[in-house]
Amino acid sequence: MKKDTFKVAGKFLKSRLIVGTGKYKNFSETANAVKASGADMVTVAVRRVNILDKKKPILTDYLNPKKIIFLPNTAGCYSSEEALRTLRLAREMGGWKLVKLEVLGDKKTLFPNMIETIKSTKVLVKEGFKVMVYCTDDPLLTKKLEDCGASAVMPLASPIGSGLGLQNKINISLIIKQSKVPVIVDAGIGTASDATIAMELGCDGVLINSAIANAKKPILMAKAFKDAVISGRSSFLAGRMEKNYFAIPSSPSKGLI
Amino acid sequence: MAKIQLNGRKVVIKPDSSIFDLLKKLKLSQKKVAIEHNGSIIQKINYKKKILKNNDKLEVVTFIGGG
Repeated sequence: MKKDTFKVAGKFLKSRLIVGTGKYKNFSETANAVKASGADMVTVAVRRVNILDKKKPILTDYLNPKKIIFLPNTAGCYSSEEALRTLRLAREMGGWKLVKLEVLGDKKTLFPNMIETIKSTKVLVKEGFKVMVYCTDDPLLTKKLEDCGASAVMPLASPIGSGLGLQNKINISLIIKQSKVPVIVDAGIGTASDATIAMELGCDGVLINSAIANAKKPILMAKAFKDAVISGRSSFLAGRMEKNYFAIPSSPSKGLI
Repeated sequence: MAKIQLNGRKVVIKPDSSIFDLLKKLKLSQKKVAIEHNGSIIQKINYKKKILKNNDKLEVVTFIGGG
């Protein structure tokens, strides 16, 4: 059997689970959760250095960007200008060209502003960035992003941090069927089984933050997600049985006493 | 002395300080930050050359946890 590989923006990843590094109790918990998840790519945000408390630990004291792929995001950006500024700074910081673009449109739902997102994708691709794009689950718009040169499309399962799970399986399936770039479900996954469902549909990967960080035992949940993603992928590759409206016995009727 | 705005706060620095000098004073590793000076990103190789002047606006950013 052909080896199942996951390649995004020219990088081969061992794990199909990408994890966020926000919302943890402390950096030690972040690092332990990342380790338990088995992820080889993590999202990070770009923010001002705390100049008043320089002794405060920083993320890179706990996660080494030489050992794990950092995917800088544009969380909190509501315009193309803000997102571009953030990612250009991120590139200068570490030389990363691989980035996660998210341009938000509404503070209550955190839905992406797709007009600004498409505009930003075009500029970033022109500047040589490899862009993984957080987007709505609209197949027409994910196709547009792909045509603009996105390295991966990342439709939401449901609103960021909501934990509502995969709300529109049909749209996600349509996106998977038509996409030539990896499809990674981002945002809204609430628990491990949600990730399995996404992977069983045929997603290339899932991106999880809140569902792990907000769990009562984040390290255990990170491990649960690792297993869930592996299971979901195996199940997708194995191919599920057909659904039938009526029962079909599992034991042979021949030889029945 | 020069008065600059550093990450939104007014800060007084020694005259003719470069970005490199400021990072040293702040005990910040240049590997872990990126800097925007009056709206333009400064490449790390230019930190020693870029001298800070009165009313300059400096943004020093780093990676933090995020989803």
